[in-house]
Amino acid sequence: MYLSIIAFPLIGCFFSGMFGRILSPKGVAFISITCVFSSFLLSLLSVFEVGFSHCPTFIRFYPWIDSELFDAGWSFCFDSLTVSMCVTVTFISTLVHIYSTSYMSHDPHQARFMSYLSLFTFSMLMLITADNFVQLFFGWEAVGVCSYLLINFWFTRLSANKAAIKAMVINRIGDFGLALGIFVIFATFKTVDYAVVFSLVPYYTTKTVYFLQFELDLITTICILLFIGAMGKSAQLGLHTWLPDAMEGPTPVSALIHAATMVTAGVFLIIRCSFLYENSYLGLSILTIVGSATAFFAAMTGVLQNDLKKVIAYSTCSQLGYMVFACGLSNYSVSIFHLMNHAYFKALLFLSAGSIIHALADEQDMRKMGGLVQVLPFSYTMILIGSLALMGFPFLTGFYSKDVILEIAYANYNFSGIVGFWLGLLSAGFTSFYSFRLIYLTFLSNPLGFKSSMQQAKDAPFALGFPLFVLGCCSLVVGFCTKELFIGLGTPYWNNAIFILPEHIVIIDAEFLSVFIKWLPFIVSILAATLSFFLYKDMMSLLFAIYKTNFGHKFYIFVNRKWLFDKLQNELVSVSLLRLGYSTTYKLIDKGFIELFGPFGLSRLVLQVSKNVSNLQSGLLNHYAFFIFIGVLFFTVMITLFAIFSIYVDVYIFFLLLIAWLVILL
Amino acid sequence: MILDQTKYLFITTFLFLIGLSGIFLNRKNIIILLMSVELMLLAINFNLIVFSVFLDDILGQLFALLILTVAASESAIGLAILIIYYRIRGAIAIELINLIKG
Repeated sequence: MYLSIIAFPLIGCFFSGMFGRILSPKGVAFISITCVFSSFLLSLLSVFEVGFSHCPTFIRFYPWIDSELFDAGWSFCFDSLTVSMCVTVTFISTLVHIYSTSYMSHDPHQARFMSYLSLFTFSMLMLITADNFVQLFFGWEAVGVCSYLLINFWFTRLSANKAAIKAMVINRIGDFGLALGIFVIFATFKTVDYAVVFSLVPYYTTKTVYFLQFELDLITTICILLFIGAMGKSAQLGLHTWLPDAMEGPTPVSALIHAATMVTAGVFLIIRCSFLYENSYLGLSILTIVGSATAFFAAMTGVLQNDLKKVIAYSTCSQLGYMVFACGLSNYSVSIFHLMNHAYFKALLFLSAGSIIHALADEQDMRKMGGLVQVLPFSYTMILIGSLALMGFPFLTGFYSKDVILEIAYANYNFSGIVGFWLGLLSAGFTSFYSFRLIYLTFLSNPLGFKSSMQQAKDAPFALGFPLFVLGCCSLVVGFCTKELFIGLGTPYWNNAIFILPEHIVIIDAEFLSVFIKWLPFIVSILAATLSFFLYKDMMSLLFAIYKTNFGHKFYIFVNRKWLFDKLQNELVSVSLLRLGYSTTYKLIDKGFIELFGPFGLSRLVLQVSKNVSNLQSGLLNHYAFFIFIGVLFFTVMITLFAIFSIYVDVYIFFLLLIAWLVILL
Repeated sequence: MILDQTKYLFITTFLFLIGLSGIFLNRKNIIILLMSVELMLLAINFNLIVFSVFLDDILGQLFALLILTVAASESAIGLAILIIYYRIRGAIAIELINLIKG
């Protein structure tokens, strides 16, 4: 059963990929949806068995690399963390599959699309069910490859190609860190098995490692290297630039990448390695600072984006920041809880955005929408539910995880906790601001779209609407239903899958915060939402006046261009690296030194020397006679008189003569 | 007697060197070249005879006689080649003999 969870999507991928032409789009849809849905049902069963009945399952499937001490097999570990992720991934994936049948119905490559989606699901399942780091790395890379294929699905578009390459390359930077981390883990623990590594960690807390003559704490080094990997996948500040560009793929892809699968892999890695992170104070602080900075940055950037999907992409980035800084505050269970809730409402938001875009003939710019509440009431309801859940409106899904994150941040009485709390609070404000900005500009403002596209716009058909409906229901109730299970005080659900040092537990402190602090995120969110609504409804002229001022214009450009991160990255890093690659390594070394001392230079030398030597034969008899005389003289002297000369003359002088002779020849 | 020996040897060596320098300093006439070769051979003959007398050995004079015949045939063949060459080219200046270059 457990292996079937992983195998089903692969089977679906295989059949829809290999026999797509035979099976017809309907057949492909049927097969792949059935496969993923079966996988989802089995995941539910595994939650019952592993999560509720406390039977973690380990399966050693087949040996993979078995070389003396290095033993990495195809083996699977199903503990509470894995099965929670499994359910989320397969559930969202199933809905995305169903959604794609309608959304991609006019696409000629539907079979390929379904195949990639299933492959993506399979890769993600491999990633989360791995029971050693090497297998995790397999899943990690496979997810990256699938994201490349999916973002690049419309491969004739130049921007899609570029975005896919960017996603792949930036992810690869992170993967490099992850690979280094795994190397350090293997060098230290002599194994890559989770169980062995995590049980050995307490014995290595005082060990240090030398890197470039710096003495570094071993566990902290591993944590930071793994976090670099997580930064790439989970789009944390610095390596986040690929995520908004990944919007070039079809909308279901964005939903899958941003909601359930790819970006959660980084957070999953951190949660999986809680045993490591708990033992490194610096590692946790870095998580908190980077996470909260990401949350703040992305939320603020989202405020002034005009592309419907970009706004949601930045909200993903921001929510990932929340998850990471919840991990940094040692509340891994809260983090995974938020991850799962986020999967539901973010998938809902993306798929609703997809249905709007679909209805408006692929128009993505929010400034050309408006007034859609009359035309698309169902999408409006769904996106409203999603947005309310996202901004943490009470009793919706987001409320139960997001507010807890802010509370535990305040309950942490140290620097990173305070930074996390205030940045998180500000991001919560920004989040509700841009959510309502999106809703107002898309649905409530005066219609600004083309009349033709408005006329033919109609609400989602069943296959498009059904996933939305299911996700909408989930966004309403899942948080409430599973709160006690995942983050309830003393819940037995996690059952050794997550480790928290006793002195890091703050969830009890968080329960006894002052009421004002607990209300604060709600108040900020509501205020920001109201402000956004009124600003865009009644004060549009004021906003425009601000925009017209010099500072306002610059500020708008700064935020709208994503804090100029892309520009900085392009101009400081990419261009200089490309220039280095062209002028130094290519022109100077490859085509310069190596050519000069290698084939080109040598052949030129031989040619030159032989030409010089053959020039000695001028054709004039007296020259020949001269050379014959010189030659005879030389050999006579060398043979007969060398012994006599060598007493008076240093032998090395002959080498000088030889070199002089060669120079003359050259 | 040793002093006399040195004088003779000095003359033969000097003759040989004159012949040698005649070969590669001369750029005009190929006949001078042949003459220089003859001169070198004569110097060597002289040398052989001097040593034959000095060492009181007949072998040197034997060789001298042999070289005399070889020199005669060599100059005959050389002159024959020269004449054939002159028939074809119409000139025997050395500086013009540079058809074969490296």
